[in-house]
Amino acid sequence: MSGVPYRMAFSLTESVKGNVLAVQEYSILSWRGLANLFSQPRYLGDILQQMDTIGVGSLPIVILTGFFTGAVLALQSANSLARFGALSFTGQLVSMSMVRELGPVLTSLMVAGRNSSGMASELGSMQVTEQIDAMRALGTDPIRKLVTPRLTATMFMLFFLTILSDLVGLAGGSAIALLLLRLDLNEYWTSAWQTLRYADIFMGLIKPVLFGYIIATVGCYYGLSAKGGTQGVGRATTQAVVVASVFILAVDLFVTRLLMVLLGPL
Amino acid sequence: MDTAIQNREEKAVVFEDVSLRFDEQVVLDGLSFELDHGATKVLLGVAGSGKTTILKLTLGLMRPDSGRITVLGQEVTAMRETDLFELRRRIGMVFQESALFDSQTVEGNVAFRLLEEKVPEAEIQRRVSEALQFVEMGHTLKLFPAELSGGMRRRVAIARAIVSNPEVLLYDSPTAGLDPVTATTIVELLVKQRDVYKTSALLVTHRLQDAFTMATHVFSHEQNRMIPVPPGASWDSKTSFMVLKDGRKLFEGGAPEIANSDSEYIREYLSP
Repeated sequence: MSGVPYRMAFSLTESVKGNVLAVQEYSILSWRGLANLFSQPRYLGDILQQMDTIGVGSLPIVILTGFFTGAVLALQSANSLARFGALSFTGQLVSMSMVRELGPVLTSLMVAGRNSSGMASELGSMQVTEQIDAMRALGTDPIRKLVTPRLTATMFMLFFLTILSDLVGLAGGSAIALLLLRLDLNEYWTSAWQTLRYADIFMGLIKPVLFGYIIATVGCYYGLSAKGGTQGVGRATTQAVVVASVFILAVDLFVTRLLMVLLGPL
Repeated sequence: MDTAIQNREEKAVVFEDVSLRFDEQVVLDGLSFELDHGATKVLLGVAGSGKTTILKLTLGLMRPDSGRITVLGQEVTAMRETDLFELRRRIGMVFQESALFDSQTVEGNVAFRLLEEKVPEAEIQRRVSEALQFVEMGHTLKLFPAELSGGMRRRVAIARAIVSNPEVLLYDSPTAGLDPVTATTIVELLVKQRDVYKTSALLVTHRLQDAFTMATHVFSHEQNRMIPVPPGASWDSKTSFMVLKDGRKLFEGGAPEIANSDSEYIREYLSP
């Protein structure tokens, strides 16, 4: 066999092999990153440092995103609800949307944009300057030292960032309800609170844990597999944000459907 | 006991019929060699001849396609990555570009392995200070790698590699890109490490004068510097040479043998 068909077949085979290898390497990294939590040594100092970087560092963007999302949600939903004379349901709608969907997803996308890229560029720089090899040569497992603390910190902090985002989103909605829609604040907050069930809260808080796992593992994977100098680091950074964002949205769909089946119609 | 098995246990490093290729490119082709305890082997060859790969294979940072590699009696090629970390603590490596952790100070870099091993704080300070004094960098404790020159970074990398008193040292072009004076300082440190601590070492270099300096000099405790081996002295520097070509061993032997080699390739390689 020779010529163009052969080259195409060869190129296709190589591409498939490359993708299968990437999935295998990502799976191993994700598994070991999590499994390391259950054995010694644990790098508590690194975990706390990452919590500060990822959690505290993301506060401004999470607060701003949450506030404006809640505000615009109130504005848009009021527009539709007013047609049916149901303006008083604004609080319920903002609350359900923020807690079950927009809070976790938008917070995760913001954190992915900020931290997946940060992890990919930091670990990518270490990879291309042989610092990762140096760490292995010094007898330290880079997954345990670098990936596990980032994974733990992201999962833990994203949970609390989402709660904060939900709360700030509701506050944004209440600001619109009060200032533009002239709704009673007490009514807004009461309806927003009473409409929530445990199943809604469970759905809204399980998601950030899963999304945190995706953000950290994707960011670290692209960082640790960076090749080709500074250009490779830049490529890894971009890919990390894109892949993490798409993963979050795709997993969100499946998790939502799964939870609806498990918890019954919500 | 089988001679091969005995060899593996008695030697610092043993390569047996090791082969490795990247896609279509052959990097190592059935390479075999041994490194005695306390000896230094200088790896020579043109760029891409597999010298750095040998160091990474020795540490288990890469895996060969076939063959067996034994380091300090342990078969690296049969060990899992998680099991290799223990063995790597007995080996030191100096990377070509130093590979210092740029977010940590010189002190943090040199203390890294000791901190991982949970050595007491006072002991860490003493050993870090000792290692930095050895490479004459005691004044740089609080500086970051970006604040150091290339030669200084190389010396800190040596301090990081020797701080835990490794049994084997791997040097990847420690003098590459340095001016002659700094390069000689680095070579003197390698000679000092070899003669004072009797550490086994694999040294990759492109600078032939460094390799010959290693083979023809000895560290003098009295003068605290390296001096040429006096003519006629029966002193053995335990430094040998290995020349690689196309992934194979072209030559292995001492300084006099390589200098008088009949091989046209080696003569051309040695010519200035």
